[in-house]
Amino acid sequence: MKLSKSIILPFLDWVDYRLPVFSYARENLIDYPTPKNLNYWWNFGSLAGIVLMIMIITGFFLAINYTPHTDYAFSSVEHLMRDVNYGWLLRFMHANGGSMFFILVYIHMFRGLYFGSFKAPRELLWIIGVVIYLCMMGTAFMGYVLPWGQMSYWGATVITSLFSAVPIIGDTIVTWLWGGFVIDNNTLTRFFVGHYLMPMVIFMLVVVHMWALHVHKSNNPLGVDMRTPADSIPFHPYYTIKDMVGMGVFFIVYFGFVFFAPDFFGEPDNYIEANPLVTPPHIVPEWYFLPFYAILRSIDNKLIGVIAMFAGVCILFALPWMDRCRVRSAKFRPIYRQFFWLFFADCILLGYIGAQTAVEPFVTIGRIATAYYFAHFLIICPLICKFERPLVPPESISAGVLKAQKGAE
Amino acid sequence: MRINMTFPRTIGAACAGVLLATAISTAAQASGDSVKLEKQDWSFNGIFGTYDRGALKRGYQVYSEVCVSCHSLNYVAYRNLMDIGFEETNVKEIAAEFEVEDGPNDEGEMYLRPARPSDRFVAPYANEKASRAANNGAFPPDLSLMAKARKGGPDYLFGLLTRYHEEAPEGMELADGMSYNEVFPGHQIAMSQPLEDESVEYEDGTPATLVQHAKDVTTFLAWAASPEMEHRKRLGIKVMLFLFVWTGMLIALKKKIWAKLH
Repeated sequence: MKLSKSIILPFLDWVDYRLPVFSYARENLIDYPTPKNLNYWWNFGSLAGIVLMIMIITGFFLAINYTPHTDYAFSSVEHLMRDVNYGWLLRFMHANGGSMFFILVYIHMFRGLYFGSFKAPRELLWIIGVVIYLCMMGTAFMGYVLPWGQMSYWGATVITSLFSAVPIIGDTIVTWLWGGFVIDNNTLTRFFVGHYLMPMVIFMLVVVHMWALHVHKSNNPLGVDMRTPADSIPFHPYYTIKDMVGMGVFFIVYFGFVFFAPDFFGEPDNYIEANPLVTPPHIVPEWYFLPFYAILRSIDNKLIGVIAMFAGVCILFALPWMDRCRVRSAKFRPIYRQFFWLFFADCILLGYIGAQTAVEPFVTIGRIATAYYFAHFLIICPLICKFERPLVPPESISAGVLKAQKGAE
Repeated sequence: MRINMTFPRTIGAACAGVLLATAISTAAQASGDSVKLEKQDWSFNGIFGTYDRGALKRGYQVYSEVCVSCHSLNYVAYRNLMDIGFEETNVKEIAAEFEVEDGPNDEGEMYLRPARPSDRFVAPYANEKASRAANNGAFPPDLSLMAKARKGGPDYLFGLLTRYHEEAPEGMELADGMSYNEVFPGHQIAMSQPLEDESVEYEDGTPATLVQHAKDVTTFLAWAASPEMEHRKRLGIKVMLFLFVWTGMLIALKKKIWAKLH
């Protein structure tokens, strides 16, 4: 007690006066006002952050055991799996962590779509999130190439070749991506460097994402702003403990895969070393790319297909201006709510089509699903906005909470 | 807190969606071009699964008397055999039967020496070209990861080893030197039937049937592909028990903290 009063506290004050880390932490992690009605769908952002840290840490240990060379990459991974203590644990945590990261982020994004978290004044928060998502896709793609299995090699071939569709400079871009005229050691080396660099970029973007979040604070299931102190509770202990509950449940799922079904999300072909002379009968990207892969394949023209695929992601940037309904939460939007679920089903359907070989009826279904995907953003959202009569949201969070409690009783 | 009355429904819908998607994709996989594999009751199935030690030893015997003449096992070392119950002296003897190139020695020359337990299994051919030359142009693949490198894994291997036909069905012309296999993609396989009854005489007196040989060598290859599996599952059970208790405590704590709110 005496020690803390005489030495530690004055020292902390001294630091805080010069570099206010402690008051900053108090403002943003402890006293930070948070809507009192956040449900468990609001856990997924913090969970994604936790997985990002797990990926960076396990990735560091994988990298120190990995050899980015076409002759040794595959066997260095096997060396890690067989001879390095707990190497299999590191690798399975990292490989399944990638899939988990995308599951969490997809839920996080659909949460944002359902409750209107992308709407004013959170447009930039949403846009930074989409940039993070794009970076994740690039990182995951490069990471999947590193084990240098058959699917690594042929996935890389298919995806990098897409850039050759760009007029005039297409082939130059591809040569530049490959670091040569074929996918070879130069490609592997630069993908390794890129895969190690991008998470740092993602980490910094996450900081900016948090920054933007903490300006206008979290949206909430009612979609109304926090107005009075009665609407909010401090982040700690209420949401620290709620986030930890989510973390516990998530870890049960995550480690369930890691320990008992570590290859569930993987392709058997990737346990065959890359061979440029043998094409696997069925090249599929990782599951999290499948909806966009389906969009790509549903258009016959290569260039337009590639544009459509990228547009599929980039259209998310425009969403805040496509859906301008002032009521945020789908809870009060009877029409939008139904179209939200239709859109969700459409995304799942696209993912399913992306995993199939390109034959009928999958091609036609894929085309319809692709058309619907874009129509949702370009036609349906603006139209709903125009014709829907939303219910009147409660004037404040606490009013809404009280009303719901009365209703329940 | 009863404000989230709509959520059970939302969760239900989401779960239904995921389940439906899984069901569809599983059904689609089952109806693919490959023949339906019979699921075997492997000792290493399930979260408590372990490799049957007898099957592993017999499987090694099958590998070392039959498969080894064409197939390498590049990622497995002789010392790894100690993990499945071989004695160190025994492993030294097994390794010493093979020769590996080492060097250069003080005279600057490469030389052959008997393999040591620390060496990887010595491959039957020096390289892919040599193995193709000896095998009618076909390349017998490395078996280290075979049990996870094919859809169906061990069930596929077992099916491949047991479902050869003497003759191709009518209307199918086999190329010279090829055999008909129900499970192999395209059904035309360069490997002639490798195992049959009495292929190997087991030291432990287990009846030497084709099915027994196939089961044993598949178990051995499953171990070769995932030598960490027993350790992984044992650790996994401890981690899961911890996570259940820990999450339970967090839920209780969360309830307690939030109870103060209203």
